[in-house]
Amino acid sequence: MSSQKKVNSWARKRTSQGSSSYQTRLSASRVKEDLNDSKSISKRGQNNTVEDYEGADDQAEDALQIALRYFEKGPIKTSQSKEKHLKTVENVAWKNGLAPEGIDILLSVALSGKFGSAVNTRIFKCMIPVTLISEDSVVKAVSWLCAGKCSGSTKVLFYRWLVAMFDFIDHKEQINLLYGFFFASLQDDALCPYVCHLLYLLTKKENVKPFRVRKLLDLQAKMGMQPHLQALLSLYKFFVPTLISVSLPMRKKIYFKNSENLWKTALLALRSRNQGFPSEPLKLMLANVHPIKRNWNSHSVIPVLNSCNYSKESRKKRMNLSDYFSSNGSFPLEQLKSFPQLLQNIHCLELPSQMGAVLNSSLLLHYINCVRDESVLLRLYHWLSQTLQEECIWYKVNNYDRGKEFANFLDTILRAECFLQEGFYSCEAFLYKSLPLWDGLCCRSQFLQLVSWIPFSSFSDVKPLLFDHLSRLFFTSSIFFKCSVLHCLKELLQNWLLWLSMEIHVKSVRNSPLETTLGGSMNSVSELIYYVGWLSTTAVRLESNHTFLLHFILDFYEKVCDIYINYNLPLVVVFPPGVFYPALLSLDSSILNQLCYIMDRYHKNLTAAKKNEFVHKTKSEFSFSSKTYQEFNQYLTAMVGCLWTSRPFQKGLSIDPEILGNASVAEYKKSLNLVHHPAFLSYTVSFLLQECPEEKKVNMSSIRGKKWNGYLDYLFSEGFHGLKNFIRSSIHRSSVP
Amino acid sequence: MDSYDTPELTPRQDASSRLKDFFIGATPLQKRLESVRKQTSFIPTPQRRKIPQGSQLQEDVDPQKFAFLLHKQWTLYSLTPLYKFSYTNFKEYSKLLNAFIAAEKQKGLAVEVGDDFNIKVIFSILMGVKGTQRDPEAFLVQILSESQLPSEHKEEKVLWTGWFCCVFGDSLLETVSEDFTCLPLFLANGAETNTAIIGTWFQKTFDCYFRPLAINAFNLSWMAAMWTACKMDHYMATTELLWSVPCRPHSLDISYAIHPEDAKALWDSVHKTPGEVTQEEVDLFMDCLYSHFHRHFRIHLSATRLVRVSTSVASAHTDGKIKILCPKYLIGVLVYLTELAIFQIE
Repeated sequence: MSSQKKVNSWARKRTSQGSSSYQTRLSASRVKEDLNDSKSISKRGQNNTVEDYEGADDQAEDALQIALRYFEKGPIKTSQSKEKHLKTVENVAWKNGLAPEGIDILLSVALSGKFGSAVNTRIFKCMIPVTLISEDSVVKAVSWLCAGKCSGSTKVLFYRWLVAMFDFIDHKEQINLLYGFFFASLQDDALCPYVCHLLYLLTKKENVKPFRVRKLLDLQAKMGMQPHLQALLSLYKFFVPTLISVSLPMRKKIYFKNSENLWKTALLALRSRNQGFPSEPLKLMLANVHPIKRNWNSHSVIPVLNSCNYSKESRKKRMNLSDYFSSNGSFPLEQLKSFPQLLQNIHCLELPSQMGAVLNSSLLLHYINCVRDESVLLRLYHWLSQTLQEECIWYKVNNYDRGKEFANFLDTILRAECFLQEGFYSCEAFLYKSLPLWDGLCCRSQFLQLVSWIPFSSFSDVKPLLFDHLSRLFFTSSIFFKCSVLHCLKELLQNWLLWLSMEIHVKSVRNSPLETTLGGSMNSVSELIYYVGWLSTTAVRLESNHTFLLHFILDFYEKVCDIYINYNLPLVVVFPPGVFYPALLSLDSSILNQLCYIMDRYHKNLTAAKKNEFVHKTKSEFSFSSKTYQEFNQYLTAMVGCLWTSRPFQKGLSIDPEILGNASVAEYKKSLNLVHHPAFLSYTVSFLLQECPEEKKVNMSSIRGKKWNGYLDYLFSEGFHGLKNFIRSSIHRSSVP
Repeated sequence: MDSYDTPELTPRQDASSRLKDFFIGATPLQKRLESVRKQTSFIPTPQRRKIPQGSQLQEDVDPQKFAFLLHKQWTLYSLTPLYKFSYTNFKEYSKLLNAFIAAEKQKGLAVEVGDDFNIKVIFSILMGVKGTQRDPEAFLVQILSESQLPSEHKEEKVLWTGWFCCVFGDSLLETVSEDFTCLPLFLANGAETNTAIIGTWFQKTFDCYFRPLAINAFNLSWMAAMWTACKMDHYMATTELLWSVPCRPHSLDISYAIHPEDAKALWDSVHKTPGEVTQEEVDLFMDCLYSHFHRHFRIHLSATRLVRVSTSVASAHTDGKIKILCPKYLIGVLVYLTELAIFQIE
């Protein structure tokens, strides 16, 4: 036992001093501490050494620490806790992988023979690194092999593990120094195939020595033509052909049985983790559960950027010398690094063999944006629409475990759309197919963003395909979902407006006869706005005037009211009464302020439109109907009547005075003005208290005349800029009540 | 992923014609979108289809030539149009695909220079497997293994076969430009790993996209009706339909075998429009089968899922596997499969 301890601490010392790979994981101070005091190793177990790599669930981390410490100490006669700790380690390992130090500890435990071989086997199966394995752990493990504490089967498992994890060992120099040791292990018949595989991976030219060749040939004579021996021999022959004169069969066989398959799924996740793709938690999978497609194209959904390899090959053949000197040579994509390069070579750019690859390259997106070749766009269209359907997690059943991957894919597409400021047609087609099946939860933010990037089109065409399905979801979902939808529709409106304003600008320069189509597009936009108005009116009722919802609705109308001035498009659509009145009667002052702002902007837009009409004299096609002005004036009257003149709802409101009396609001006229409006009540009170702080009772009616102006200034100073603008533009201050 | 925050302004496509194009629907992309819209907004599949007629192969084609396509189980895929594919480059394609397969298979193994992988790739045209003159020619890819034996005993074994075809693919042909070859239906027989390698090569070389083509229960019942309606000189197999009941721990399968002549008699009793099959007739045909089954076993088959249909013409599984039995109706079966494939890629 004592010798074992010695080895143990020696190895630990080395680990703590020599390793550099995982020190980066530890906080700097702790590294220092460890380096200075190698005795602190025993403390390290308690010190949460296996750093919490993501800072995520600390609890699992703690359980892992306890488990590791348990294994380190050796078996205690309570098998129950052993099972529990094993489970803990397995869970963490399969979910996130183990930090280098965890592997270091477990490797020693498994090879020291403290536990039975059943436990060792389980430990080996779950020894999956987070990213890398420290070389020193492996060297230490080899020293354990020399101690002869573990069974033959454990040794086999160790070699298999080593072969499987070979690529994840941070350095291999020291392991290579042990070449002789490994080579000597070839003698063991059971180990021979696996050691061969390891040597196959490890061998460098300087390892090939005549005595080793002799030994291999001896072994071959003894054991017959074994594929693994042949593999090693052919590698030796490749390095030093003069040493081996025997002829090796040319026929290729599979040299090594796939010894890594115990960890296959783990390795896949590990690789994608190392490449920076976030990975799903692993499941122990015996059968290949993934859909067929998974096997086809390695890890990522988006193809790698390759210039057209086939055409290159064929061109090479046909090219003669003069072609090389001519300037028509194409520019390979792999060399494309900067925007100026793109500009210089845009006429002779070699396009990627798979157009989907452009999603990952901003330079090529520039290219896509200005390319006139329809086939480029068609290739992208086909690839994207098929990939979206294939990857979509609710389009096919049983696909839900790959949600994160799909969300990432959508994010990439959205980045590209945002970069181009234009939606892809394939995404629109995908929405047609998938929106009716959507539950409103999966990848919500991405999916709604896709909606907001629908290319401009005739609203009535798209409505039955998209917006009818969307409204069904809208009405049956939570208020949060409603707000998200309203937000995405606002973005959609903005994208359409930007696109159209650009189109019209181009049109007016070129003077092409597009008048009628412009009318059509304005129609489409106004239909979108009416649709949102309808959604909003119903939603306000469903959610009983919820302030949060009203904010999102008014946000939408902030865009709508400014179309004429901001986008230079001949369109003004006023909001429906179902939005206006709930906002006017809202209990929230910021809503009222927002409403004032919108009314002010409507006022400015309509005035500007009217002015333009006078200037041009000729009645253009897009003069607004008097109905729009009437609607607006009605709202304006109502608002001024409520907030300012205390004569609300002069027209159209007829309530029996008796009812008002019963409700004890017989004197209702003043109750909605700036002083008494429930939204401003708290401001009124604090304004009055400011004036005479000792007052126990405040007299609200005292605010009139000069004091009214003071009160207004107080409100403006509190940040009600919308109100300020509204009063400035719509009310003549002489009429102070 | 490189960053998107490059400060340069994106040069915008000259947009003058776009708005106009937009409303006229002039560009191929617009046409595609139009057709997707139509497809999504109206009833997904046509209400009536033709009953497959006898051999629709062109007259100069010997049906026996396609005997090797029959009695084999094919896995179905839909395939987007192939970009810059050329029927004159078959030799070169064989060479390239051969090299690609060798490289894929040797991944992780030592690569010896000049080592031949002992396989042969053959591309060939399947002359006549098409519906109209506009349909592009179908073609066949075969992977053969060459044995190591001395040349006089040289034997070639077919490891893998796959073929690409388009039968009455007009709706797709209209929406692509001439750089593309539309062969929306791909059928493969052989190891899945080979299909994956070869599919990957096609995807990389012709920028196309393979998707497994599953056949849902709705389309399976159409197949059941259409294939029952086919006139046969003699029946080779019983008509069998398989339903699956999802229950634990093992799903329960219900097989329903009918004598083909009885099935035909039932069909004739529900069939009205000559030469055509209508949705109504399909529903009625299936309803008759359901009610017959219910009368005997008190099980509502309509509440379970149809997963396989086998007739003397062909058999199809919901997983997207098909076996064509009758040479006379080869083209007829392909028409419907092409339609399904086109539906999937739109």
